[in-house]
Amino acid sequence: MPQTLYDKLWQNHVVHQEPDGTALLYIDRHLVHEVTSPQAFEGLKLAGRKPWRVSSVVATADHNTPTDHWDRGIEDAVSRLQVETLDANIREVGALAYFPFKDPRQGIVHVVGPENGATLPGMTVVCGDSHTSTHGAFGCMAHGIGTSEVEHVLATQCLLQKKSKTMLLRVEGKPGKGVSAKDIALAVIGHIGTAGGTGYAIEFAGSAIRGLSMEGRMTLCNMAIEAGARLGFVAVDEVTIDYVKGRPFAPRAEHWDRAVAYWRTLHSDAGANFDSVIDLRAEEIKPQVTWGTSPEMVVAIDARVPDPAKEADPVKREGMERALQYMGLNPNTPIGEIRIDKVFIGSCTNSRIEDLRAAAAVVKGRSVAASVKLALVVPGSGLVKQQAEREGLDKIFVAAGFEWREPGCSMCLAMNADRLEPGERCASTSNRNFEGRQGAGGRTHLLSPEMAAAAAIAGHFADVREII
Amino acid sequence: MDKFVRFDGLVAPLDRANIDTDAIIPKQFLKSIKRSGFGPNLFDEWRYMDVGQPGQDNALRQRNPNFVLNLPRYEGAQILLTRKNFGCGSSREHAPWALLDFGLRVVIAESFADIFHNNCFKNGILPIVLPASELDALFAQVEATPGYKLTVDLERQLVVRPDGKGLPFAVDTFRKECLLNGWDDIGLTLRHADLIRTFEEKRRIEQPWLFA
Repeated sequence: MPQTLYDKLWQNHVVHQEPDGTALLYIDRHLVHEVTSPQAFEGLKLAGRKPWRVSSVVATADHNTPTDHWDRGIEDAVSRLQVETLDANIREVGALAYFPFKDPRQGIVHVVGPENGATLPGMTVVCGDSHTSTHGAFGCMAHGIGTSEVEHVLATQCLLQKKSKTMLLRVEGKPGKGVSAKDIALAVIGHIGTAGGTGYAIEFAGSAIRGLSMEGRMTLCNMAIEAGARLGFVAVDEVTIDYVKGRPFAPRAEHWDRAVAYWRTLHSDAGANFDSVIDLRAEEIKPQVTWGTSPEMVVAIDARVPDPAKEADPVKREGMERALQYMGLNPNTPIGEIRIDKVFIGSCTNSRIEDLRAAAAVVKGRSVAASVKLALVVPGSGLVKQQAEREGLDKIFVAAGFEWREPGCSMCLAMNADRLEPGERCASTSNRNFEGRQGAGGRTHLLSPEMAAAAAIAGHFADVREII
Repeated sequence: MDKFVRFDGLVAPLDRANIDTDAIIPKQFLKSIKRSGFGPNLFDEWRYMDVGQPGQDNALRQRNPNFVLNLPRYEGAQILLTRKNFGCGSSREHAPWALLDFGLRVVIAESFADIFHNNCFKNGILPIVLPASELDALFAQVEATPGYKLTVDLERQLVVRPDGKGLPFAVDTFRKECLLNGWDDIGLTLRHADLIRTFEEKRRIEQPWLFA
């Protein structure tokens, strides 16, 4: 019987199955960061348990770390304690790799894993972080877990899981100029809604997806959770294999050929059955900008802020009214007329080298608008930062009036000092526009790196297609 | 984990859809390295007039008089009534920890986000899905009736209204057993330690690159 990629990945990891279908799944890679792990390590210790296989663990500090003045260390004492707790826990139990604060390879966990080859096709990848879906780009079964499950994986190398339903999300065609993986992701969420993927494992397929680079696929899979799906993935192809080859933790010598032979089987078979199939056309996707407080509240750059009066569903209408009030926006305002205070280019969604190149291409030779108070570029990792500096991208950003920072999660969730003040409006390449996400009272608009760069230059949202 | 027993609980209504875990517990409180103490900061941005910080004396902060959980009639609530896609966003388990620390043992909604739903069971919180029409009726009854309580009977998988009407709900057999018995997942899984070891050894031979 033809199998979906999800069926194959699932089957390859089942250790045991209960009569009600609850399965014990083996976990290949466990990514760890400082925010969701301290209670797990403590729980393990209190129960007198040892970690099952520490060579599955790759850890880094990213959420709390500052992005400037590294010479001063972490000035916030509460943040510092959390990072030092991770240092102590990894020192005590060990790991395959640890990239602590200030390490040249430190960075956002979902950037660090793939760039070091610690994420390999066909793996189960988990992390106490919802954006673990990012690693699905490699044909992995990758998803976020809570801290109890972090402890469970540490102690048993397994997770208790029930199989999700399957969704095939096909995007055919060629995206237009200035339309990126982020726009595809936002358009998908706008189409199926933030709960559209709840209970599903989404396989992204079609010529537009196959045409994406690995970094583009990571951006797309990263946002699967914003569509409600814990799992989003793309089948393995030559693009995947070329990306992995030669990275520090990639298989070497005779293991490489065996691995590749297996990886080439990681696709859905022709005729495989999905519980749901959704089709989108790439040509119809325009650059996207969110207007509200949920990623599904999204429109194209040439559209207007929607009018709640036209919404029939009362719960939805009330949600729209509340969002507009929070965002300080009036219905029917053209998106291109909304002025911004800050710009954030970074996060596990859009902080990789191609993102920075795309933004720099828009910025080059131009200046950040005088009305923009702060424009930040936060590379996803130390390695991304080094690469960008080799290419001179830092100079382009700084010359235009951007600040060039050290790597970390930064203003995506504002656990460090980078944040919005109440009422400030931000063009952000991150993944969530929830109330208070980038700082209490802050107003977030999600968009692509190209579009964030265009907004920085214009001082308001602008159609990058008219600039490049 | 405490055993989940049948109980009558005061119901508080939070009539919004898509409540995310950033709203349930804002990021600044995630810096704690403990599992407890999150209750005073549950829904912090909605509950208080100022921006909360970790380590603050929350008793001294000005509360938002309009926020539903600040209304005296809902003090001591154990059941939260809300709308669809509750708990979306970040995987932070601090969200169920905050709900539990506040005293909530049950959340009733039209739907839940996957990771949050899973995290609830790990902490003895029962997430119950009911159809929108039943929720509409419950919201109306709660608002019209001070002291409105529901009986939650996990054994029989029923929410019982004061007028005697029983609302059935679905729950995984395995999760139900775990909640009713207060079982520790890790202990249960380690009963299969031999199976895990055998699986791992086979994997080490078949896919050695995963164990480099």
